Amino acid sequence: MATEILYFAWVREKIGTGAETLDLPAGLTSVGDLVAWLAGRSPGHAEAFADPARLRAAVDQTFVPLDAPLGRPREVAIFPPVTGG
Amino acid sequence: MIAVAVDPAPIDIGAEYAAIAVGGAGGIATFAGLVRADDGVEALTLEHYPGATEAALVALAEAAVARWDLTAARITHRVGRMVPGETVVFVATAARHRAAALEACAFLIDRLKTEAPFWKKETLAGTERWVEPRGSDDVAAARWNDAL
Repeated sequence: MATEILYFAWVREKIGTGAETLDLPAGLTSVGDLVAWLAGRSPGHAEAFADPARLRAAVDQTFVPLDAPLGRPREVAIFPPVTGG
Repeated sequence: MIAVAVDPAPIDIGAEYAAIAVGGAGGIATFAGLVRADDGVEALTLEHYPGATEAALVALAEAAVARWDLTAARITHRVGRMVPGETVVFVATAARHRAAALEACAFLIDRLKTEAPFWKKETLAGTERWVEPRGSDDVAAARWNDAL
């Protein structure tokens, strides 16, 4: 099952795209596992995900910590801490 | 009763106020957040997470209505590029009495800053930089965790 991966703000800029549709490999149990796997996709991904402490995530539009279980999501978003308002 | 909007168009404060000033409230509180020209900032560009942003704003408004028994709550947030002096966000709450409206308005802007998926980028002297989150915003949001 393909998963839509979304990136925002400087994560998006470092990776060079705001979205990619990927077939996730078996064995990714947490959101952090997904981030570590994505980091191997390109130098841009590696730079964006170099410091997981600076990352936040949402699974199927629910905000979760990086140690949350990944499950079988339709959509995962990875982004910096929010700065609206 | 609850209305949220995320829109690149300039926020019309008069229209926002007129929309909440109906329905028999005894008090209305409003907050407008404006672009500051700190450090010579020339422009601010707001990015968001379409769909998730609106859902987050609705969840915040619903929480405020339930906690303070509001008669209405509105959150309007601009996205895209704007310049100093322009309105980034407008929050309005209506209640039977002032304390509920004022507290709920402060709750909404404090929590919006840490829970709604928006990101600010500043343009200054021809360069761009992403705004870093501030610890003081986390403190302001956390004060609403305690029961009143």
